Amino acid sequence: MTERPPAPVPAPAETGAVTAPPPAPAAGAAKTEPAKTEAAKTEAAKTGAAKTGAAMTEAAKTEAAKTEAVKAGPATALPAPPAGAGAAGRAPVLSVRGLSVRFLLPGGRRIAAVTDAHFDVAPGECLALIGESGCGKSVLASALLGLLPANAQTAGSAHLGDLDLLTAGERTLARTVRGRRIGLIPQSPAAHLTPVRTIRSQTEETVAQLTGERNRSALRTAAEQAARRAEFPLDHLDRHPHELSGGLAQRAATALALIGDAPLLLADEPTTGLDRDLVDRTVDELRRHVDADRALLIITHDLAAAERVADRVAVMYAGRIVELSEADAFFGAPGPRHPYSRGLLEALPDRSFTPIPGLPPELGDLPDGCAFAPRCDRATGLCATLPPVTGPVACHHPVPAPARTPEDVRA
Amino acid sequence: MLELHAITAGYDRRAPVVRDASLTVTPGEAVGLLGPSGCGKSTLARVAALLHRPASGTVVLDGTSVRHYRHRAPRAQRTAVGVVFQQPRLSADPRLRLSDLIAEPLRATGRRASAPARVAELADTVGLTPDLLTRRPHEVSDGQLQRACLARALVLRPRWLICDEMTAMLDASTTAALVRVVEDYRTATGAGLLAVGHDQTLLDRWCDRTVHWDTVTSAARKTPA
Repeated sequence: MTERPPAPVPAPAETGAVTAPPPAPAAGAAKTEPAKTEAAKTEAAKTGAAKTGAAMTEAAKTEAAKTEAVKAGPATALPAPPAGAGAAGRAPVLSVRGLSVRFLLPGGRRIAAVTDAHFDVAPGECLALIGESGCGKSVLASALLGLLPANAQTAGSAHLGDLDLLTAGERTLARTVRGRRIGLIPQSPAAHLTPVRTIRSQTEETVAQLTGERNRSALRTAAEQAARRAEFPLDHLDRHPHELSGGLAQRAATALALIGDAPLLLADEPTTGLDRDLVDRTVDELRRHVDADRALLIITHDLAAAERVADRVAVMYAGRIVELSEADAFFGAPGPRHPYSRGLLEALPDRSFTPIPGLPPELGDLPDGCAFAPRCDRATGLCATLPPVTGPVACHHPVPAPARTPEDVRA
Repeated sequence: MLELHAITAGYDRRAPVVRDASLTVTPGEAVGLLGPSGCGKSTLARVAALLHRPASGTVVLDGTSVRHYRHRAPRAQRTAVGVVFQQPRLSADPRLRLSDLIAEPLRATGRRASAPARVAELADTVGLTPDLLTRRPHEVSDGQLQRACLARALVLRPRWLICDEMTAMLDASTTAALVRVVEDYRTATGAGLLAVGHDQTLLDRWCDRTVHWDTVTSAARKTPA
């Protein structure tokens, strides 16, 4: 709470477009109704700019324009993209280039958990990262939040606005990024929540930390509002984490992640252990946040959930992103093009329900060529070399799209 | 037959999680039990696996009613049921190598001599490589650990299998692989299966018959929802 007043000051003008929102809702916005929140935010942005001087004014104006656009609703086309947006689309919230993560183990072993990942997530877009367990999806999430253990080495870059998350210091990450610019919905809420305190106390603490609110009754209202947003039943707020079912614990963790109103949400398996109805509700809730112009990176192995929420799909295998395509094309026609993605979809109970033969390779002992080749029925001698990422898919023998559209030919 | 009659069970006498639930699985049959999170279906599965003493009601296993639960249950009844839980991390002793994990039921029942052959055979069935068998749980992925947990459940050749959300933590391909292992085992031995889960598509595809939680408990039988 103490870092709130100085927050706009160290933020340089060029990052203002992204850093301005987190302190803005602090001006009592959490208490107001959702309809009024946007107006309050704009007001706060203006006042903030007036206080910090002329340097901030431009950024604040852009922010105000953006807020206006959000207020108009996601259905209408967004006019006047914020500064920095290219002609092709809006500037991505998160831009990952060549991200690699290696774990050094005793005895000189190296685990290649993530290799050369490239992707962008734009505001109002949901990217789903899917793949088998143990393929490096969660390591990627930890890398983005700076939560890797000490024996990890990273390479490449992951830009959140102008901040490179891979090189940023712990202090920056802890005070301005986690919870404020990236909200994390963790994989196992049971391990994420503090076991000795009630959900209410943890929610109120998060609200107090992120908004600077001190007033007891305001905190109570804000915490209940946060719980309601994630469909957490209010009569369970006074329970401890061990008294909650898996689904409720998951919703409690989701509620905590949404409090900071972060422009990027990182959901690491948010639907594990939930039943189908709850998965749908959780995913729809996340989708609402995407539609409110936030970016969402959802890491999941639940393909049905990914299909429901995602705009684009990235398939990860053995630490590499092997296919990146539009969700409609991936789940519908023409379908995925990488043999591995095909295999994943065919394993679904409402499709052919046949597993991909074999096991995923060890990340410490990857072959030089395509890591999927030993399990692939299309593999040839060529697969002993690493396939280049051509267009959306990294494969020597991608499944050809049945009906070739001009875009496919170009890709 | 695995019969559950009017089971009431829970963790607090005043507020039982499961009220008056009845369910029957005939030999060789696969029954899917479908219900929302937190409705008590896992508790019922624990009762069926003789791991939780119900407050009232009877469990009849192959014609013999169950009088004692957990470690007090007679060995013949205990070993007739194999269980796979939802979270492999929580159901595997972190100190044991996977090969020891799979062999543990054999050791506990004095069949240590048959362990190496049986473990090798099962590792092959569930798709674990010899290299993985020498590792401890923290060195393998959830999917690999769940494969080991399934092998452990099958090692005593149970006549009944209880799969409590066995695949909830797993990806589509591992799910399909594990379900195939269970089905192959059932085809070979004629074992009955109670699969608890919340994925209707999966259970419909997997099981002979899918029952919804509401139809298992008496409240719904009296006043159908």
